Amino acid sequence: METLIEFFSFKYPNIKYVVFGAVLLSISSAVVGCFTFIKKKSLVGDVISHAVLPGICISFMISGSKDPFLLIIGAFISGWISIIVMDAIIQNTKIKEDAATGLSLSVFFGIGILLMTYIQHSGNASQSGLDTFLFGKAAALVGKDLVAFSIIAFIVLITVFAFYKEFKLISFDPNFARVIGLPIKKLEMVLTSVTVLAVVTGIQAVGVVLMAAMLITPAAAARFWTNRLSKMILLASVFGAFSGVSGAYISYSAPSMPTGPWMVMILSIIALFSFFFAPRKGIVVRQWRRFSIRRQLLEENLLKAFYRIGENSGEHYSVVAVDDIRLIRNFSSAQLVKGLRKLKTHGYVKKTSQNWLLTKEGFEKGKRITRLHRLWELYLTKYLRIAPDHVHEDADTIEHVITPELEARLEKLLEYPTSDPHSSEIPK
Amino acid sequence: MDAFWIILTGSLVAVSCSMLGTFLVLRKMSMVGDAISHSVLPGIVIAFFIAGSMQSVWMLLGAGILGILTTFLIEFFHQKGKLQADASIGVTFTWLFALGVILVTYYAGNAHIDQDCILHGEIAYVPIDLIYTNSGNPIAPKAVIILTVVLILILLFIFLFYKELFITTFDSSFATAIGISTSKWHYALMSLVSLTTVASFESVGAILVVALLITPAASAYLVTNQLKSMLILSSVFGVFSSFLGYWLSYILDGSIAGAMVTVSGAIFACCYIITRFKK
Repeated sequence: METLIEFFSFKYPNIKYVVFGAVLLSISSAVVGCFTFIKKKSLVGDVISHAVLPGICISFMISGSKDPFLLIIGAFISGWISIIVMDAIIQNTKIKEDAATGLSLSVFFGIGILLMTYIQHSGNASQSGLDTFLFGKAAALVGKDLVAFSIIAFIVLITVFAFYKEFKLISFDPNFARVIGLPIKKLEMVLTSVTVLAVVTGIQAVGVVLMAAMLITPAAAARFWTNRLSKMILLASVFGAFSGVSGAYISYSAPSMPTGPWMVMILSIIALFSFFFAPRKGIVVRQWRRFSIRRQLLEENLLKAFYRIGENSGEHYSVVAVDDIRLIRNFSSAQLVKGLRKLKTHGYVKKTSQNWLLTKEGFEKGKRITRLHRLWELYLTKYLRIAPDHVHEDADTIEHVITPELEARLEKLLEYPTSDPHSSEIPK
Repeated sequence: MDAFWIILTGSLVAVSCSMLGTFLVLRKMSMVGDAISHSVLPGIVIAFFIAGSMQSVWMLLGAGILGILTTFLIEFFHQKGKLQADASIGVTFTWLFALGVILVTYYAGNAHIDQDCILHGEIAYVPIDLIYTNSGNPIAPKAVIILTVVLILILLFIFLFYKELFITTFDSSFATAIGISTSKWHYALMSLVSLTTVASFESVGAILVVALLITPAASAYLVTNQLKSMLILSSVFGVFSSFLGYWLSYILDGSIAGAMVTVSGAIFACCYIITRFKK
């Protein structure tokens, strides 16, 4: 608790730098990441972050200094070239996006490593520290870095804000954007430039490999909570900012811990939580929905079987043995045990020693399902001219989803029929 | 002699990677290979602390498990979570990599292990780590022996299951129809990719592995339409990169792995230009 207060009072200027630096870069990369995510080009961030290395080395070889602005310009140029190379490969050859991505990523990085080792071995003493670009140094941010970060984050955010509508269009529907006369090429260039800028600054904090996560993970997590781009960008920024602060806090309270990887870890935890538990889109919710639909089908099919048994014997409220149900429809033992137990808790059936007894509610429900089944069979034979022996399967599927309104209209259309194509009675 | 061992190591890695890479490129899964090569890091670290040393068997096991887990997670988020494939790959491998880096720093100080030595393994040190006969004569570098075993495994795998790999790669629905499980071969291939990645890691580093998985295969894909000639051609490109790369690094006095990657990129550029001119 004490460290927490100490941390947030920003007593030491260095904490301030680290926190603001981490938050700024997280937000700018999260915002840009939303667009690359929607364009299904999330891994572009990974390419750029690897491809800046040769640019940094060449810029150092030419200028001989480690001035962050000069290095960033070099990084910016080679990041851009990598994207051009990648797009050229995709457009001009049969090589697909994945291979073009990996190729441009690894070759640029390889060239970068070659140049960096060349510089290191050439005995230039001032080169030490160039490799912070490889692993990042979030915890060692200083005032000078922060100025660079703020300017770039500001440029990124302003650009996205100014071109929000255009970016949204070219990301979602480039063809439509072209039709209404937007300058797609130029807008793509602006968007790519902003992406490269965000990546170039981010690398210095989290390193080459983890930079990809700063772009992809917040956007992917936010996507599970909303369908609106504006909300998605906002959420992604919040996730990014949160990870920035907590990453900085963790490495403050446990100094041996690296800031960058912890930021990514926090982001990933948020993302994993979203993947599983987000309402509507989460895996758990989705599986639950599938599970409950399957359960509903089982219950309704069981009630239908009860109804058929009653119909055959002419007595709907007599005891039914499990084997009788099996004769109507081939339920597995597990299905029978589970389904009957559920029906009992819902009050559709009662248990008498070994056998089962339909209740009034159960009878009504079974009757309705049977009715829908037969109405639909009649509809298919009458209006779609499907042979009567081909309609059962389809009716079995649709009987569970027909609404009372549709039921009424079907009845009217079929002129209140009394029997189905197999001349079974359609119950009222 | 050192140069010989280094080029041999490079060539062994190159052939293994190019063979597997051919299938990755054709299956449009190159980036899964890239993801695996990063996400095995926590597996290596955990294996290191269970075994207490850089014992290759444990490392292979740990990394192999992580490799398969990565493949599984990518598929899982993509299929069950309806997350688009590119994002699924990106989130999975960066998460596992971050975990690996955190574990490394947590244990750092009490052990000789860091991400630098794992991911940027230096091929120049290959000839130092020799295996000796009982009488004390050096046989060959450890890396060469391990990589030879891996290469034989891969060649056997491709030779024995060529038909299955062929069908699942080019027509997965037909494969399913005649009873060949696409996902089984997917996982088998990915296990081999993780195995190769780890075996090569120690000696050549992650960059070279990723580059050699994708670049020679992509170059060969440009100039041929046949799977068999693509397999052979990509291996030739790979070996060629290893030779020329060593020479380039000697001239520039730079990283050997970096130079090999650079040469493989140049080979791709040549193939690209040739195909463009032919049109």
